Amino acid sequence: MNHLIKLTPILLILTLFSSSCGTEEPRSITAISWGGSYGKAVNEGVNIPFSDSTGIIVNVEDYNGGLAQIRGQVEIGNIHWDIVDLEIADAVRGCDEGLLEPIAINSLPDGPDGTPASEDFPPEVQTECGVGSLYYSTVYAYNENTISDVSDINPSTMADFFDLEQFPGRRGMRRVPQVNIEFALIADGVPLDEVYPLMSTPEGLDRAFEKLNTIKDEVIWWEAGAQPPQMLADGEVVMSTAYNGRIFNAQILEQQPFVIVWDGQLLDIGQIGIVKDTPRLQDALDYISFATSAESLSRISSRISYSPARKSGMALVNTHIVAGVEMEPHLPASPANVANALQYDWKWWVDNQDDMNERFSAWLAL
Amino acid sequence: MASPLTSSSGAVRRSQLRALGLVAPLVIFVGVTFVTPLGTMLMRSIHDPVVADTLPQTLTLLEEWDGQQLPNESIYITLAEEIKQASSERTLGQIAGRINRVQSGFRSAVTRTARELHSQPIEATRESMISIDSVWADLSTWNAIKLTGQRFTARHYWNAMDLQVLSDGSIGQQPEERRIYIKLFLRTLLVSGIITLLCLILGYPIAHLIANSPPSRANLLLILVLIPFWTSLLVRTTSWIVLLQTQGVLNDLFVLIGLITEDGRLAMIYNMTGTIVAMTHVLLPFMVLPLYSVMRGIPPTHMNAAASLGATPVQAFLRVYWPQSLPGVGAGSLLVFIIAIGYYITPALVGGSEGQLISNMIAYHMQTSLNWGLAAALGGVLLIGVLILYVVYDRLIGLDRIGLR
Amino acid sequence: MRSKRPRVGRIVYLVICASIFIFLMAPIIVIVPLSFNAEPYFTFTEGMLRLDPEAWSLRWYREIITSEAWIKSLINSLVIGISATILATILGTLAALGLASSAIPGRRAIMGIIISPMITPVIIAAAGMFFFYSGLGLGQTHLSIILAHTVLGVPFVVVTVTATLASYDTTFNNAAASLGAGPWTIFRRVQFPLIAPGVLSGSLFAFATSFDEVVVILFMGGIDQRTIPRQMWAGIREQISPAILAVATFLIVFAMLLLLTVGWLQRRGEARN
Repeated sequence: MNHLIKLTPILLILTLFSSSCGTEEPRSITAISWGGSYGKAVNEGVNIPFSDSTGIIVNVEDYNGGLAQIRGQVEIGNIHWDIVDLEIADAVRGCDEGLLEPIAINSLPDGPDGTPASEDFPPEVQTECGVGSLYYSTVYAYNENTISDVSDINPSTMADFFDLEQFPGRRGMRRVPQVNIEFALIADGVPLDEVYPLMSTPEGLDRAFEKLNTIKDEVIWWEAGAQPPQMLADGEVVMSTAYNGRIFNAQILEQQPFVIVWDGQLLDIGQIGIVKDTPRLQDALDYISFATSAESLSRISSRISYSPARKSGMALVNTHIVAGVEMEPHLPASPANVANALQYDWKWWVDNQDDMNERFSAWLAL
Repeated sequence: MASPLTSSSGAVRRSQLRALGLVAPLVIFVGVTFVTPLGTMLMRSIHDPVVADTLPQTLTLLEEWDGQQLPNESIYITLAEEIKQASSERTLGQIAGRINRVQSGFRSAVTRTARELHSQPIEATRESMISIDSVWADLSTWNAIKLTGQRFTARHYWNAMDLQVLSDGSIGQQPEERRIYIKLFLRTLLVSGIITLLCLILGYPIAHLIANSPPSRANLLLILVLIPFWTSLLVRTTSWIVLLQTQGVLNDLFVLIGLITEDGRLAMIYNMTGTIVAMTHVLLPFMVLPLYSVMRGIPPTHMNAAASLGATPVQAFLRVYWPQSLPGVGAGSLLVFIIAIGYYITPALVGGSEGQLISNMIAYHMQTSLNWGLAAALGGVLLIGVLILYVVYDRLIGLDRIGLR
Repeated sequence: MRSKRPRVGRIVYLVICASIFIFLMAPIIVIVPLSFNAEPYFTFTEGMLRLDPEAWSLRWYREIITSEAWIKSLINSLVIGISATILATILGTLAALGLASSAIPGRRAIMGIIISPMITPVIIAAAGMFFFYSGLGLGQTHLSIILAHTVLGVPFVVVTVTATLASYDTTFNNAAASLGAGPWTIFRRVQFPLIAPGVLSGSLFAFATSFDEVVVILFMGGIDQRTIPRQMWAGIREQISPAILAVATFLIVFAMLLLLTVGWLQRRGEARN
């Protein structure tokens, strides 16, 4: 007994060592995604079918965008990630900095109709290291029940989001400069086609921050895409910017009385990339081929209202897999929604992200 | 260190060695796994070899450069070579990030340059570099390279004090929108001061009550202080979110009793109020326990004596009790203040953007901006502040009496 | 007249004290009933206030005990916590015994080094250890977290055991020595049984430190090292669900058990000496 007690710590430490570097583990890759209802859609639509067909386990980890974690891992020399679901500006910057593996478009499978990948993906979503996945948009949304406490009318334009007199109450916004700067200028009356030219001037940026200042005290900053629907449901905010799919899923799966305001929405495309020098490159490439096939993308699209980057994928999207709702009217590019939409200029952000991050974080801290 | 007369110096030596032998494993362990990591982290605030290692020849050539006009052709050619090499060795992003902090727009310029240099086998000349990006025609770019190329530098500390090294080598203020750290340090001190004061105001009466209760009741009351103390910090923070949020318990209660209307619900969380309330709650036991242990030693007869000499209760308290409780006030306040200025979790969860303290900025530079040098400098300043306070604490109370938790 | 005044004052004083105790306890008490909410809200529903049995449920408890993520985080918390506690207790108790010797040179400096993890703001410590273990290739491993938690917990062991040893009567040692016992026998048979309650409460402090630690995990842990606090952090920041109130209730019960154990040990220790 006495001996046993003395031996316990040694045994414990030995087991720990052996468990960390011991027996051969099954093949696995680590895929980084955005969590919440989108993460769930990717899991059901891609990860589980991929594991079923290849036997490779997909470890999922959530993040909230940005290149910081990849840069950090590369600089420290401890790389834990294999595949990352990226914003397109980050996919391009990561590629330029050598953080991501180049992926040849021709290595991807043809569409179901036989269209080669290089034609199936529209040219504007093809980048050197990223493969286009889904079109999504950032919108703002409100909760019908709580908005009626503060105002007789419902918000309908981007300007309303910044109108604290008509709609008093707190706002949710993502804790990053992108999108918010565009929204501020749109709300300030800048025509859509002048937003990015204006952002390229110091005066334009000052004007955007000036506009953001008018609501700064009322903003609760979110980081994870799952937060806006939660904050709207809790009544913590009266309106929040959000990814359109998250709001849609809360509407149809949780019957939340949320309303999306499509005016001034910012259309964007997601990308999937591979972290450079991963020891599991081949498995990662297989995963990307699988995940960006028309079938996989449409499986995600029938779980959350984002549309496939592949032209051939759109034909496979019909109704929501659980709720049975027709998906098309809820997609960002649906004619009714796209009337006053801005296309995200990722090239502007490739050039300006770092400086904007710095300015934004200093602005926030003050 | 007087040894008993009977024991020889050999015996003293033996017991010294035995004591040291017992202490050694832990001292070595703490030294290796804590003091060393801390020291090397703090070194990052003054030492950063990445740019110097990546662009060695360019930096050697730049030593001769006068800084008045654009460098000569050979520097451009050397830099182009080193950029190409860095880009194939994947270190370009690291130097770009560092230089970009001094020279806005540098990162995108240098990555674009690397891409162009790789894609078309053009002759890298001054003219061709400038045609790729106008940043190469800017004197401040070269100053920025030179500045970040120093292996040892104080610029992170200047930065932490809202100053910067100007291109002529002199020290000047940061542009207005970048002057944030002094404000943040001041805010941290102010918030910690408010929290300390609140803890004292709330802690003093209950410590007094516990100290002057009969033992069985004192034990019960002490448990009421110790339960929050032992309860997970995240649990307590979660509770405050539940209590303070807009549709939370307190707002519901206020609406129910008619204190506020439905549309007048108070914003008590994700702002400074949330940080102050939650941190006061978290730190209150650190105030109560030292106060209680001092007050327990104050005989109640002193107050009675003062009263019998005709002092009013207020006079008796101010003249007799308060001075005797001061050691506890000092210990508790110092402890609460020290913990508060380094606090991270609670402000991060309930502070919103206005309730962020200096620790949150350190975490931001560690994890998001990856400006590790600046994170280390801010951490260094914070650590020095904390150490000074601990020296004060040690002088006044003794370090080995922190034994709380 | 003079006799009445203080009585009013006394009542005001007691009311103030009671309110402060409510401030201390309310956040902890309020979370327990809310964890039985049948609805996914963080506040009392009307049904709950009417004590309608329909409004109360165990669904969040079911959710956490069937959740792979929470179970995994519990196992991680226990593995990391127990390993770190064992290491911290051994190293800390030995050091405290050494520090108790009157012969030890440089006690102040040694104490300063040992206590440093307790007084360094944990954000700085976590940053330093993150670079250190990543540099050794031990980033995102259980081992690095265990060692980090050991060093954060060890000062509590040293302080607690030192306090126990201060009240330990060294004449016991002399008595045993005069009866011919060697140092090791003295320690095992005489000293250790007497300081055991102090050692145990010190180790409970160390365990509580690890079990509640989140900054180091945030900086150094990966998905495989997720502990309960890390999972709660994600629960608060990202996928807020009343399930974390159920976890919180568990942790409150756990804290009370720890508190009672430490209290009992301290009384026992005092009674023995």
